[in-house]
Amino acid sequence: MSDFTLRVNGNEKRVSVSPETPLLWVLRDTLQLTGTKFGCGAGLCGACTVHVEGSPVRSCSTPVSQVAGKSVTTIEGLGANGLHVLQQAWIAEEVPQCGYCQTGQIMAAAALLARTPNPSDDDITRAMNGNICRCGTYERIRKAIHRAVAGGAR
Amino acid sequence: MSPLSRREFVAAGVAAGAGLIIGFYLPHGERGEQHGFSPNAYLRITPDNKVTVVVARSEMGQGVRTALPMILAEELEADWKQIVIEQAGASTLFGDQTTGGSASVKSTWDPMRRAGAAAREVLISAGALTWGVPRSSCTAQAGSVVHAASNRRLSYGELVAKAATLPIPTDIPLKQSKDYKIVGQRLSRVDTPSKVKGEAVFGIDFHLPEMKYAALSRSPSIGGKVAGFDDKDSRKIAGVRFVGKIGDGAVAVVADSVWGALEGRRVLSVNWEEGPNKDLNDAAVIASLKQAALKKGASLYSAGDVNKVGGRRISAEYQLPFMAHAPMEPGNCTANYSGSACELWAPTQVPQDCRDSVAQAVGLDPDRVKVNVTLMGGGFGRRLEHDYAVEAAQVSKALYDSRNGGPVKVIWTREDDMRFSTYRPASLHQLSATLDGAGWPVAFSHRIVAPSISGQKGQAGTNGIDPDLQDEAAFVYALPNVSLEYVPAETPVPLGWMRSVYALQVAFASESFIDELAAAAGKDPLEYRLHMLEKDQDIAYFATTWKTARMRAALQLAAEKSGYKTPLPAGRFRGVACFACFSSYMAEVVEISMEKDTPRVHRVVAAVDCGQVVNPSILEQQIQGGIVYALSNALRAKISIDKGRVVQGNFDDYAPLRMDETPTVEVYAVPSVEAPTGIGEPSVPPLAPAVCNAIFAGTKRRIRSLPILG
Repeated sequence: MSDFTLRVNGNEKRVSVSPETPLLWVLRDTLQLTGTKFGCGAGLCGACTVHVEGSPVRSCSTPVSQVAGKSVTTIEGLGANGLHVLQQAWIAEEVPQCGYCQTGQIMAAAALLARTPNPSDDDITRAMNGNICRCGTYERIRKAIHRAVAGGAR
Repeated sequence: MSPLSRREFVAAGVAAGAGLIIGFYLPHGERGEQHGFSPNAYLRITPDNKVTVVVARSEMGQGVRTALPMILAEELEADWKQIVIEQAGASTLFGDQTTGGSASVKSTWDPMRRAGAAAREVLISAGALTWGVPRSSCTAQAGSVVHAASNRRLSYGELVAKAATLPIPTDIPLKQSKDYKIVGQRLSRVDTPSKVKGEAVFGIDFHLPEMKYAALSRSPSIGGKVAGFDDKDSRKIAGVRFVGKIGDGAVAVVADSVWGALEGRRVLSVNWEEGPNKDLNDAAVIASLKQAALKKGASLYSAGDVNKVGGRRISAEYQLPFMAHAPMEPGNCTANYSGSACELWAPTQVPQDCRDSVAQAVGLDPDRVKVNVTLMGGGFGRRLEHDYAVEAAQVSKALYDSRNGGPVKVIWTREDDMRFSTYRPASLHQLSATLDGAGWPVAFSHRIVAPSISGQKGQAGTNGIDPDLQDEAAFVYALPNVSLEYVPAETPVPLGWMRSVYALQVAFASESFIDELAAAAGKDPLEYRLHMLEKDQDIAYFATTWKTARMRAALQLAAEKSGYKTPLPAGRFRGVACFACFSSYMAEVVEISMEKDTPRVHRVVAAVDCGQVVNPSILEQQIQGGIVYALSNALRAKISIDKGRVVQGNFDDYAPLRMDETPTVEVYAVPSVEAPTGIGEPSVPPLAPAVCNAIFAGTKRRIRSLPILG
C-alpha cells in the first residue's frame, strides 16, 4: 500500500492503495465514483475513459501511480456548472439505450471538442472509434456531437 | 431491502431530474404508512398526486421502464409528469417476469392497459360520488376527474381516499388507438438523464457497507473440475480475505477491493481436472453437426409434399459458428447471505429463476430469497442465465460460514464473460427447392441442424424440438410445398439464448438461399420475394398465424423507402432480405461497396410491422441497435473451441462493430392498430442475409458460412 494524492474533479483526494492499482478501481471502489465503467480491462472499449490533465485516458489500464499529483476529470465532474453541452445534446438526441458505455463515450467526445471545436465526420469517427457500444448507438452519438457543436440542447 | 439501498436508489432517481423516481418495488407490508389507492399490483396512486407504476420487467436498454408505464398511463388518463416508476424484484404478483423473447410490451400490453383502465373507472366514480352528479357526466383528463357541466375538477391524488373504498369493475372499457395521447408519442426515456450523468446504478455499481468483492477462477476446459489449489500467493495480496472452492468447478478469491480480488486470482494456483471435453475443437463441432444431419429430424411445419414436385432442383448447405453476447457490463451480482435468508441485487432478465436457483444452491426456501433487479449494461440474452446470482450467493454463504461476513459482489472480467458464456448454438442448414419452368419456387425445404438450448438445460420440447423454434423459424411465403425440419445435435459447449436466438441462423440460411433461387431463375431478388408473397395467405406455425400480406407490406415499404427501383452509383450494390419472428415482420434493404474482399455497409433501410408502435424513438433505437449488433455478428462474431476451451477473450479477438463500420439505418413502421409485438430482436435476422446477398450482387460470390470475414 502507498499513499497517492490526486486532484479528482477539482478536489484533492488522498488514497492508500497498491501502486499498480488501475485508476479505474481507485475511482470506483475507493472514491465511489461509479460513473466510470469497467468494460474490458485492456484499453479496448473506452467505457473507462476519463481525462487526465485534460487528455482522454483509459483508466482501466492506467496505474494510479502514473496519475499521482495530476488532475483527473470523470463524468461526475464534467459539467462544472450543471450539464456539459454534450450531456445536454445526449439527452436531446436520446442517445443511451442500456447506457453503460455512454459516460465513456461522452468523455471521449468532450476530449475531442476540447481540441477540435468544430469536428468533421471523419474527426468524430477517429476520436470515437476507440469506444464500443454493444447497443449500437453510434448514429445518435454522432448526431449528438454535431448538435453540441451547433450549440443547441433542444 | 435495507433502508440504505432503498435510499440510494431513490436518490439516484431524484438526481435524474426528470421528476421521475426510479426505486425498487416494495412488496405489500413494506410500504409503511403510505395511504393510497392501489387497485392492482402495477399501480399505486397517493394523496400527493403521484402515480407509481411498477415495472415487472428488467431494463437492459430496450426501454421497458418507459414503454410499459406509457401503456398504463394512457388508459389511466394520467399526466405523464406525475408518473413515478418502481422496479419490481422477483415477485409472485406478476406472473412470469422473464425479460426476453422481445415480449415485454407484447405480454404486458393487456395487463398494463387493464390496470390503468380499472383505476381510471374507479376514479371517475369517486369524482361523481364526491360531487353527487351522474357518473356519465364525468370524464378523466390528464390526471384529474372533470365535471364539465359545473367546471369542477379533482386531481387523482385528491380522490384516492374515496377511490380506495369503491369496488373495482370487472367489465372495463379500453381506449381506441385513435384516442391515444401517450402511446405512439416520442416521449423521452425516463432513464436517459441519469445515464448521461453517470448516476445510473447498474448491477456492477451497487454498493453495500462492508461489502467485499470476489473473482472466481473457473475451469478453462468445458466441464473441468477443481482438483486442488494453492492459495499462498493469493493470500499475500493486500486485502485478500478469503479463498475457497465454490461448487466443483471454481475457486473464489475474496478481497476488500475488486483489484485485490483480481490480483489474488491472478496468482492463484489451481490444479484442474480437465474433464471429458479436453480434446474438443472446431473441427469436432462441425463433424458432430454433420453426423447429426444424417438423422431424421422432427417436422416443424409441412405443407403439400416437397418430394412429389417435378422441376429444377437446387440445393445448398449453410453453416454458422458459436457466438457470444458480450454485453458491455460484464457479469456481476451482489449477494448478502445471513444464515436464514439471502438478498441479491442482480442485473438479471430472470429474477424468479435467480430466486429459485439461489434457494436451491444455498439451501433456503424460495421465499427466503429476495431478488432486487438493478439496471443492466446490456443483456442480449446473456442475463437469462442465473449463473452470476448463484455464484454470488454461494460465495456469500461461504463467507458467512467462515465468519468472514456476508455481503459480496462477484465480478466477472471481460475474459470471464467471453470464455464462460452460454453461446448461440453453432448450426448447419440443408436447403433445397424446386423451381417450375418459369423459375418460380414450387417447393422449399429447410433442415435446421443445431443443438437445443433448452434441451441442454433439461427442458427439451415435444419431439426434441427446441421451444424457441416456435417463435423463430416460420417460413412466411405462400408456397404450396414446404417442409421445415429440426434435427437436434449434441454439444458440450454451454448454450444460451442470444438476441433473436435461432432466427439469426434460420434467416441467414433461408433468405440467402432464396437469393440463390432468384439468381438461378434470373429474376430480381425483391420481385422474386414479392411474387412468393403475392397471395394473401394465413400461415399457421405453432401458436402464431402469420400473414403474407403483412410481410409483403413491410417488404414493399423497405423497398420504396430505399429507392430500390433507382439504380445505384457504380461500385454500390444492394441486398434485400425479410423475416418474421417474435410476432413481427421485418424487411431490410442494404447498400454496400466492396473494399477488396471486405464489404462496407453504407445504408440500411428497415421496415417493420410490429403492430401499434408504443414509442417511435425507442422503436428506432431498438432497430438501429439490432442492426448494428447483427452486423457485428455477420462480419466477425465467431467463438472458436480449441483443446476444450473457448479461444476468444476480449474485444480484440472478438471485435464488435465500432463507429467507423456503422451504416446509417433508416427505420420505418407499417402503420398499424394491431396489438404491439416484438421490436428488440426482429431486426437482427434479416441483416446478415441482406449483406451477403448484396455481396453476391457485387461479386457473384455466395457466402454460405458466417462470419463473413471468418
